[in-house]
Amino acid sequence: MARIVLNGAPRDVPDGLTVEALLQHVGRDPAMPGVAVAVGDRVVRRTEWPATPVAEGDRVEVITAAQGG
Amino acid sequence: MTGPDLIPASAAPADPWTVGGVTLQSRILLGTSRYPSLQSLLDSVDASGTEMVTVAVRRIDLAGDGESLLDALRRSPRPLHLLPNTAGCLTAREAILTAQLAREALDTNLIKLEVIGDDGSRRPTLYPDAVELLRAAGELVADGFEVFAYCGDDPVTARKLRDAGCAAVMPLAAPIGSGMGLVNPYALALIRDLLLDVPLVVDAGLGTASDAAQAMELGYDGVLLNTAVSGAQHPAAMARAFGLATRAGRLAWGAGRIPTRTFATASTPDTGRIGT
Repeated sequence: MARIVLNGAPRDVPDGLTVEALLQHVGRDPAMPGVAVAVGDRVVRRTEWPATPVAEGDRVEVITAAQGG
Repeated sequence: MTGPDLIPASAAPADPWTVGGVTLQSRILLGTSRYPSLQSLLDSVDASGTEMVTVAVRRIDLAGDGESLLDALRRSPRPLHLLPNTAGCLTAREAILTAQLAREALDTNLIKLEVIGDDGSRRPTLYPDAVELLRAAGELVADGFEVFAYCGDDPVTARKLRDAGCAAVMPLAAPIGSGMGLVNPYALALIRDLLLDVPLVVDAGLGTASDAAQAMELGYDGVLLNTAVSGAQHPAAMARAFGLATRAGRLAWGAGRIPTRTFATASTPDTGRIGT
């Protein structure tokens, strides 16, 4: 298992996940529109999700549009 | 623009403007936050006539179901441009990453840049941090963003944002959500007089429809508001009022108002009055 920080909360996930597999692991469809991912301070483009690994200690942010002014 | 005498009272005159590469008919940019319901938001979007709405960038609810904001906005009868914001960001670094995430998520290079200078006290002003704002604006413009910069009503900061290549400069009328209207119309007028070559939008602090009319009468290109509509007792009715007020204010600005005078000038001529 690898301990990452997902949207601000510590979370243990299987070793060797990619960004795409991580989304599936937490029950989200990677094909859903309107979502972006950052690992650390770097945005991971959607096209890179299948090939970008998530490693121990990574801070992962998964965002979408919310109500705002 | 068309002379007012040529406009039938029943018809909305075509009065498009272009901002950030997008051509709009409506002069209202509407926020999507704090409505009683998503349906109330949609009704207000429709009633206001807006073609551009602001959205925030927030962590996805990993357990969430239900209709998302984006799903709801897709039900709008009119196509909407999304203007994601960097609300809540306190540093240029945070704002830049938020903007980059918004671009990736929403496939748009438009960004409403907010960098707030508050210190977390219980008496927030939500005033922009001009230093971080200018730093972020420069980097985002260089990265290809069309930056709509929320700023104070300081003409110098406004000019520097224009010089940095912002798509729109958006001075506040009053603190966000305060509903006080244009607390310093002199400063807003000065910014318009000094910056003729960049779209100017009054952003934040509007309370009621006449505030929007006043902003448009100063020659502003548009208004951006949220709470004045979403917090009204009847949001869609207020949205409609804002839509009409921006049109009225824009027409009045184009019509060229009379100068103010200290003393009365009779509108009825004295000629032929009995007793003379």
